[in-house]
Amino acid sequence: MPVLARTIESLGIPTVTVTMIPDLAMKFRPSRVVGVEFPFGHNFGTPGNDELMLTVARAACQALEEAGGPGYRLDVDVEWPVPLETAYRTWHPPVPSPIVAEMLKRRQGG
Amino acid sequence: MTIDSYKYLPRSMRTMYESVPVIDEPAEWAPLPKPLHHCTVALMTSAGIYLRDSQEPFDVERERREPTWGDPTYRIIPRDVRSEDIACSHLHISHDDLLEDVDVVLPIRAFSALEAEGRIGRLADEHYSFMGYQDRRLLDWRNIQGPELAARLKEHAVDVLLLAPA
Repeated sequence: MPVLARTIESLGIPTVTVTMIPDLAMKFRPSRVVGVEFPFGHNFGTPGNDELMLTVARAACQALEEAGGPGYRLDVDVEWPVPLETAYRTWHPPVPSPIVAEMLKRRQGG
Repeated sequence: MTIDSYKYLPRSMRTMYESVPVIDEPAEWAPLPKPLHHCTVALMTSAGIYLRDSQEPFDVERERREPTWGDPTYRIIPRDVRSEDIACSHLHISHDDLLEDVDVVLPIRAFSALEAEGRIGRLADEHYSFMGYQDRRLLDWRNIQGPELAARLKEHAVDVLLLAPA
């Protein structure tokens, strides 16, 4: 998705990317990045938690206003409201994705 | 503060992501065309969501046959979408929470609130869904969907795009 952001930005539309992996996003020389220490598939929070969603949305607004040039990063200082072990387990799909299944098969020599 | 980008990833993936080199291309930069409280904002997710009754799912059957391929197309999600209208075809994340409340990946309520309080000018009438798992070269996004989407955003007078890679 950083590549898509770069393409859109190069065509004149400013972007801000809200990501769980800001370290990786920064390697694509982005314009504006907001980092959240949240499990995948949950950029803005947990279901029904409008306060948390608004906190992240406000950080995106702050990034849009503060950034004076490319490479801007703002991390949101919010702890995920679910214990780590549960959050780690539950963001994964019920069955491994095709590429992960293939990698596991290779690793097992299959 | 700096967050831990790899907190929710297996160690092997952390190693893989940490070894990704910095892109050998210049940074892209478009300034805000006007103050944010006058800007129209559109949202994009890569959670692979679509409208269950009127849109095709993303092509996960081909991804199952070709595990390094991902469907590069996108779907248009209207601002008045309800979570019960949504289905998801992303094979790399759990669908449970985003099907319960689509705003966890496409924060329409939050940005409607920011529109109401005058923090942004307007929330656009349509938003965008991609499937985040893609062929590594990303040629389609660079050459087809990216320019197509930029043209559509301009047509709809969108000033800012927020991207939320799932």
